[in-house]
Amino acid sequence: MNAQTEIENSHTIAVLVDNEPGVLARVIGLFSGRGYNIESLTVAETDRANNLSRITIVTTGTPMIIEQIKAQLQRLVPVHNVTDLTIEGKSVERELALVKVVGEGEKRVESLRIADIFRARVVDSTNSSFVFEIVGDTGKLDAFIRLMEPLGLTDVSRTGVAAISRGVTGMDAVY
Amino acid sequence: MAKAELTGSEIVLKALEEQGVTEIFGYPGGAVLPIYDAIFQQNRIRHILVRQEGGAVHAAEGYARSTGKVGVVLVTSGPGATNAVTGLTDALMDSVPVICLTGQVPTHLIGNDAFQEADTTGITRPCTKHNYLVKDVDDLARVVHEAFHVALSGRPGPVVIDLPKDVLMALGAYTPKSKVKVKSYQPQVKGDLSAIKQAVEVISKAKKPLIYAGGGVINSGPAASQLLTQFVQMTGAPCTLTLMGLGAYPASDKQFIGMVGMHGTYESNLAMHGCDAMVCVGARFDDRVTGLLSEFSPNSKKIHIDIDPSSINKNVPVDIPIIGDVGHVLEDMIKVWRSSQAKVDAKALKDWWKQIDEWRAVDCLKFNQDDKIIKPQYAIQRLYELTKASKKETFITTEVGQHQMWAAQYFHFDKPNHWMTSGGLGTMGYGLPAAMGVQVAHPKALCIDIAGEASYLMNVQELSTISQYRLPVKSFILNNFYMGMVRQWQELLHGGRYAESYMASLPDFVKLAETFGMVGLRATKPSEVDDVIKEMIKTDKAVICDIHVDEKENCFPMIPSGAAHNEMLLGPGDETEKKISEDGMVLV
Repeated sequence: MNAQTEIENSHTIAVLVDNEPGVLARVIGLFSGRGYNIESLTVAETDRANNLSRITIVTTGTPMIIEQIKAQLQRLVPVHNVTDLTIEGKSVERELALVKVVGEGEKRVESLRIADIFRARVVDSTNSSFVFEIVGDTGKLDAFIRLMEPLGLTDVSRTGVAAISRGVTGMDAVY
Repeated sequence: MAKAELTGSEIVLKALEEQGVTEIFGYPGGAVLPIYDAIFQQNRIRHILVRQEGGAVHAAEGYARSTGKVGVVLVTSGPGATNAVTGLTDALMDSVPVICLTGQVPTHLIGNDAFQEADTTGITRPCTKHNYLVKDVDDLARVVHEAFHVALSGRPGPVVIDLPKDVLMALGAYTPKSKVKVKSYQPQVKGDLSAIKQAVEVISKAKKPLIYAGGGVINSGPAASQLLTQFVQMTGAPCTLTLMGLGAYPASDKQFIGMVGMHGTYESNLAMHGCDAMVCVGARFDDRVTGLLSEFSPNSKKIHIDIDPSSINKNVPVDIPIIGDVGHVLEDMIKVWRSSQAKVDAKALKDWWKQIDEWRAVDCLKFNQDDKIIKPQYAIQRLYELTKASKKETFITTEVGQHQMWAAQYFHFDKPNHWMTSGGLGTMGYGLPAAMGVQVAHPKALCIDIAGEASYLMNVQELSTISQYRLPVKSFILNNFYMGMVRQWQELLHGGRYAESYMASLPDFVKLAETFGMVGLRATKPSEVDDVIKEMIKTDKAVICDIHVDEKENCFPMIPSGAAHNEMLLGPGDETEKKISEDGMVLV
């Protein structure tokens, strides 16, 4: 095997599953049981009529491992479709974070100024705190949170990555 | 809402019946009493009462592997389900279609730590192909039909259906099989034609081709074995089989070069190492087969046919993957081979066979039988010869260890579905209940468990089942008073310190047979072996043969862990010369 195939890359994988009890445990159990990484995981029902949920997983691995992950996911019985958004065309990825910053005086003003630059919204405020809502890709959120650290950051809640392909094609639930 | 007419238990039985089930293996308990009551009131499905739930799953595995049908198990909640876990894992690793119905506490008690409650779907999630917890009686028939579809299609495997007691007692509607549509699980069976064409080209251009086939051929059905045989003979290539694949190609054919892998033949492992084109048919490049991965068959183009996409490129990167059922793919390959008028390189093939014949001449399976101590290899060789001479249809199961490898090396199979062994999981205690399951499916056949004394004791309680149903199961115990394979590894890797591998206080197997109303036979000298085997074959009751074999015998040839195919140990003389590396020590 050459060095090229040993390089680990991050991949965003979308999985369309039956919305039934235990389905998330099946997916997570597969990752822990086989020693794969999960960097981020997002899941919610997306198609009520067909009772389908969409799971978005960000994972890292060598190309061989990523292929394995997709094949292993595909053979779970409640899984309808597995799409690697990182390699199958272009995609949009977004994450939402709620960020609590506690402080007064100049730090408080500075946090508001940075929030403005990042187009974060204030969703809760007291005389000595803000809760910001920020939406963007993972890198943007990381940068925002890093800048908030010296300004009184106390709490972060992130949704994990939601992703969708660009263009006209969507994810088909049927084989 | 359809008219409610049957209880949940009746729905389960009706669905099993519609799926063609005639036998189930099980053990009753509180949560499944309603099903047992329904079984009592009918006579279309026969229940075989085992003595421990683990035995039920292995029996169902033996039943399934010898018939190609689904093996069905019925156990109660809690300990009934947890005892079944080893068998389910075994069936998952070896791709055996098994359906295990487990009882569960009533739905309103689930999660309350009720008596005999266990999170069965949670526990069995990683050791089944799929599992279900049925909470509504109207889903019951659909789930059972879907479970059969999942267990049998694609790469077969075990499926658990967890049945709360209140669901079994509720009234509900029956859904016939024809009305059930499985939406999500539809594995691909036809292979990609362009890949098949490429594969044919690679094989026809090869100078040193090799066909390496495994259990997938057997799972695909007897037609796949015939197609494999046809294809191997068309190409003139040597054929090797994995432990799971024995019988997929006739062992008596001259193109068969023996089993591959850790205890495979010298010629097949060197052919694997030296070939320039390898066709892997329904096998999975398991670590017992490949040895050291970085040195595995370094100069070959690899073609891999498998129904499970996750088997492809898992351990060994391949050049031409073909996803599909091996039967379908082989059929297409034969067609393409014919229509493209592919020809092999006859001269190169002749040289390749000359090389293989030189390796064969090493005669890696030779052993010396004196007139004092029975060699285990000799006992199996005689068992093979004498069962063959008897002309009875013979099924072999094994336990796990040295005897299993000797059985694979010295017992030869010309047909699929006649060899049942625990390959992937390596479950000691598999053979006796598996033989019981095979015998239930084939009442007239000769079903022999080739066992070691240590493994045999792991599910020895099933002798009681065998006795109850008057199953003429034969146990052929190679008794060396050791966990032989453990002792062999301790000799090779741990300076001969035989920690806990000596089997003290063994029962007298002849008397054990007698307490169960069976026939017990013993051989302690080579001259007695034939008489014991002949007596066993002609006895129409269950027989236990206690064959006292050489305690110190080791299983060769062997690729030590962490070594490549061309670093085989051929016999005791090689042990001291070729030291096992530290990297190899940590491997199992």
